This record gives sequence, structure tokens and C-alpha cells, in this order.
Amino acid sequence: MDAEKNILEVQDLTINFHTYAGTVQAIRNVNFHLKKGETLAIVGESGSGKTVTTKTIMGLLANNAEVAKGTVKFHGKDILEMSEKELQAIRGRDIAEIFQDPMTSLDPTMRIGRQIAEPLMVHKGFSKSKAEKQALEMLKLVGITNAEERVNDYPHQFSGGMRQRIVIAIALVCYPEILIADEPTTALDVTIQAQILDLMKELQEKISTSIIFITHDLGVVASMADRVAVMYAGKIVEYGTVDEIFYNPQHPYTWGLLNSMPTLDTAKGQLEPIPGTPPDLLEPPVGDAFAARNPYAMKIDEEQEPPFFKVSDTHYAATWLLHPDAPAVEPPAEVVRRQKIYQERLSAGTINQGHIHSKGNTAFAGADDDDAIGE
Amino acid sequence: MVKYLARRIFYLILTMFLIASVTFFLMKLMPGTPLNNQAKLTASQIHTIYQQYGLDKPLWQQYVTYIVNAVQGNFGTSFQFSNQAVSYLIGSRIGPSAIIGAQGMILGVILGICTGSLSAIRKNTWVDGTANIISILGLSIPSFVFAILLQYYFGLKLQLFPVAGWGGFASTILPTIALAASPFATTSRFVRTEMVDVMGSDYIELARAKGLSRFGIVFHHALRNSLIPLVTVIGPLAVGIMTGSMVVENIFSIPGIGEQFVKSILVNDYPTIMGVTLLYSGLLCLVLLITDIVYGIIDPRIRLSGKGE
Repeated sequence: MDAEKNILEVQDLTINFHTYAGTVQAIRNVNFHLKKGETLAIVGESGSGKTVTTKTIMGLLANNAEVAKGTVKFHGKDILEMSEKELQAIRGRDIAEIFQDPMTSLDPTMRIGRQIAEPLMVHKGFSKSKAEKQALEMLKLVGITNAEERVNDYPHQFSGGMRQRIVIAIALVCYPEILIADEPTTALDVTIQAQILDLMKELQEKISTSIIFITHDLGVVASMADRVAVMYAGKIVEYGTVDEIFYNPQHPYTWGLLNSMPTLDTAKGQLEPIPGTPPDLLEPPVGDAFAARNPYAMKIDEEQEPPFFKVSDTHYAATWLLHPDAPAVEPPAEVVRRQKIYQERLSAGTINQGHIHSKGNTAFAGADDDDAIGE
Repeated sequence: MVKYLARRIFYLILTMFLIASVTFFLMKLMPGTPLNNQAKLTASQIHTIYQQYGLDKPLWQQYVTYIVNAVQGNFGTSFQFSNQAVSYLIGSRIGPSAIIGAQGMILGVILGICTGSLSAIRKNTWVDGTANIISILGLSIPSFVFAILLQYYFGLKLQLFPVAGWGGFASTILPTIALAASPFATTSRFVRTEMVDVMGSDYIELARAKGLSRFGIVFHHALRNSLIPLVTVIGPLAVGIMTGSMVVENIFSIPGIGEQFVKSILVNDYPTIMGVTLLYSGLLCLVLLITDIVYGIIDPRIRLSGKGE
């Protein structure tokens, strides 16, 4: 790992929320990093701590949140140590965010041109007219037709997809180094989703920003991400390149996620949900948090938390199944099918540019590490 | 917009007509007569006086006469002040009422906006708590109690302001404060609720994510969005000021309309009662109409649908 290239490094992050019911351990020892220009997807179901992670990076945690441990280093400087003033200088300029629901994230009483111009006025000291001129350019860039006329419209005069384009314009207007996209397409129609994702990819290349993409939708991940981190119950349970996570998953939770995702290839008529619900983070279970829902759980899963086992230089998974002493198990048929594709493509040497990818995957460590993959 | 306005004004006139009719008949149901010393008068004297004022005619005829005259702008002459036209009477008394009413409204609403936003921004702190207590007191203490307390402490004991009467700005201060209490409390509670709502909304979160300062967020995004709905309570607040003025003007002996209204009811001065009622209801209808128009101007979402009409 090249430390210089990591613009963001999250280490041992542990966040608790103090509520009336008790202390919720929302984030437990989370580690990840983000390189320049790459897209990192954080995947997990509701309540797994994805959004809390992004709020921490933005310095926008709720008042009842307490950072118990860890650091969030942006260019080597710990965001958690910064004053509100320093944070304000970073927010919107270096780190920007796209929210989930475009219907509610725009100020209903302010013209959209002004809303896009605001970050420029705050961070670059632009005059109102200069900022609004640039806002107009941004509006064109995100594909709003008739931008000259529409720049003076109010949010309610736009459709959901258009509004999300405006939200993206606001986030990118200062050319941030990091763009956090928290479920940016969840509230949109499926047809619009693809447009927004394409737009994000296009703009990412144009202004070379890194993206942290938060989602519960694995289908979206495949087309967007370079690397994927799978979160469960406030912890990252597996991370690797998008190919590794999709075609060589190791953690039973990742298996469950892939198994419950519809694909064109699957012959099954029915999707298989993961049984049960996530654990109560007021009192997280002692061992592997997923053990209770895991059909492959062993005795040790209930007693001791699994450490990360290395699958490749870029691929790690926290499951006891990877321990040398663990018995071999047969993953779900869908996962077996994927792993077969992985082996085929591995020998064909095409694993870097998977067919699901529209552009090159830069984050994959390279062919040298291939021997380390699999068991 | 013109069509909309025309329709609203038509309804306004209709409302006024209904109010005039209902008030006319209700007023006639009140016990007593306009005569001061009825016992001392003979039947023929009473009859003469009644004839003079047209009170001997059947009720429906009096009603028709009144409406016909009122439409022509003639609201009759007062019973208690001989030969004073009601319109002249009102005209000479509307000044003081308008001054303390407007002052009370402006003071109350502005103070209420400040306190309300402050307690929303400092939610669940001592600031919020104090503001809450003050607003609840303002809502629950009747205005006559508050007015008398003001009069006693600031007028009589500390002698900072005139105890009562009319003359100069100083004499308007205590009545203004007494009138402002209720709109202040209502506005403060209203703005707080709205602002807490707005501060929790996604677009405020986005404003924070843009890197705006606390002040910038409140000033550019939160305030405008929480104040727009406030326009809807301005109407009811105006009613509060009008009814409040009757009590407050009496306590501070201000020669205003409210004071006159109470007197007129006590002596069954029918034309004055009708005149003041029509004035109050007319003002209220006007306030409501203006409120709706202003709401359309400041809220872009409504402005658009107005254009489509």
C-alpha cells in the first residue's frame, strides 16, 4: 500500500451513539483507505454503519455520537481533531457529498443557480455573479438542457432525476478530491439510475475525483466501483477489488448478498434472501456478528471474533472459514458459479477488465498476486 | 392573477354582507334599549325618540334600510353622541388604535421571530428552556392581567411611563407591550417548531456539507423556509390584536376604537356597534386576502400554481 497515494485513511474507527436505550456501537474498528481517482464502494444492509462512516468523514456526526477510537486522515491530517472552522473549509471544497433523496435535499425556496453557486462563494470568495456564471457551466456539465433558462428555476420545477443532477452539480462545483455518494440512486427510477451513474463516472474522469460510493445495491456496485468493502453490523467483513468481491467472495455474508441479488445469468426463479435480521448493536454479539444468520457458522464463530485473513494483496475477509484448520464448505450454487467464472478468467488473464466493467480497473494489484488467490 | 383577485374580492364582499346581516339581528336580540333612563320617560316620549331613529319600524324594514344606507357609505349616526356620524366617530378614533395595534403586532412578531429562531438553534439548552417558559406565559396570561401588571409596576411604581391616557410616544409603550404579548408568544412557538423542523431537513444537511457556516445556514436557508409558513398565522394574530385592543384600550384609557366598541355595546348604540363590527371584519378579510397574496409572492412553489390559473 502506497501511503502517499492514499488521500483518505480511516484507522480503527469506533463510534458509539449514546441513546436513551443505551450505547449503540454503530462503527466497530473500521479500517479502509481511498486512493486518488478510485471508486470505493461500501456495501451493506440498512443499519450496518455505512452512513455513519460517511458522516464521520464529513465531520457531520450527530451530537450524541462519540468517536471512541481511531483516526480519519485526510492528506495525513486527522479530520476528527479538526475544529469546526477547519471542517467548514474542507466540506464542500475538498470533500463533498451527494445525498440519497434529491426530492428533499435542495432548498425549496432558493433558485438552483444560487444553490450551486454557494460553495464557490464560500470557498473561493467568488462574487455572486461570477459564482453564478460558473454554476451555469456546471449545470450544463451535468446535462440540464436549456441551462441558461433553468438556472433561475426553483427545485420543484425539476423532476427527481434532474434534481439529482443538480445535487451532483452542487457537490462537484468546487472540484472536490473526494466525493461521497450516499445511496445517490436509491430514490430514483431504475431508468434514471443508470443515467445518474453514467454521469457520475463521466464527471469523475473529467475532474478526477475519488468517490466513496455507499449503497446496498450490489448491482450498482458492479458498474461503478474499483474496490468494494462489505460492511456488516458496524464492521467491514470483507474487502477487495470489484472482481474479487463479485467472483471470488469468501465471507458467508458476501455470499448471502450475492445470492440474494438478481442477475441475468441465474436460472433460479426466486431470489434467496438472507434469513434473520442484523444484530442489535446495543449489545453486539461476542464472536462473528453474522454467526446467528450464517448457515456455515462454526462453534468458534460464537466465541471469538475472526481476524482478517488475506486472500490476495488486495483482498481480505474476516471469516474463520479461511483459517487453515477450518473444514472446507460448499458455498451457495450462485457463488460456486461465480468462482468458476473467476477461475476461468484468472487463467485467461482477463480478471482486471471484467466484462461487467466499462473501463479499466486500476486498483487491482496485478497478475503477480494471482497465486495467492483461492485455496 | 386578476381573475383570482376578482373572485377573492367578490367573496370578501359576500362575507361582509353576511357578517353585517348576522350582527344586525343578533344585536337586536341583546337585552335593553338605547335609552338611558327609560323609567323616567313616558310611553309617548319613547315612541317619539324611536320614531326619530326609525326604531319603531318592523325589524326587516330597519334591516333593509341599514343595508341600503351602508352600501351607499352611510353608516348612520351614533346614539350616544348626538349628531355624530358613525364614520366620523370611527375616523376620529382609529388613529390611536392603529398606532398601538401596528406597534404591538410588529414588536410581537419581530421579537417572536428572534426568540423562536434562537431557541430552535439552541434546542434543548437553557436558552430554549427560558424562551419556552416566556412564550407559555405570554400565551396563558390574559392580556388584561398583563396590562394591569405593566400599568402597576412600570407606570405607578417605577413611574417610567404614563399610567394611562393618550399623548405622545411614551404613552403608547405600555399598551404596545401589553398587545405584543400574545403575537410574540404565538410567533415564537410557531417559528421554533418550524425552524426545528427545517434544521433537521436534508437541505440543511446539504448546506452544512457545502461548508457553510452556522450563520450562513441559518440566515440563507433556515430562516426563509421557517418564516414562510408564519405568514399563515398573521391573520389569526391580527384578530388577536383587534380583540386584545378592546381590553387594553379600556385599561389604559386610550381613545381608540376598542374602547368605543365596548362602551357602545354597553349602551346599545346600534349604529356604532354595526360600524365597528364591519370595520373589524373588513380589516380581517383584508388581512387574510393580503396574507394569501403575500404567501404566493414569497413561496415559489405557490407562485407557480398561481401562474397556471
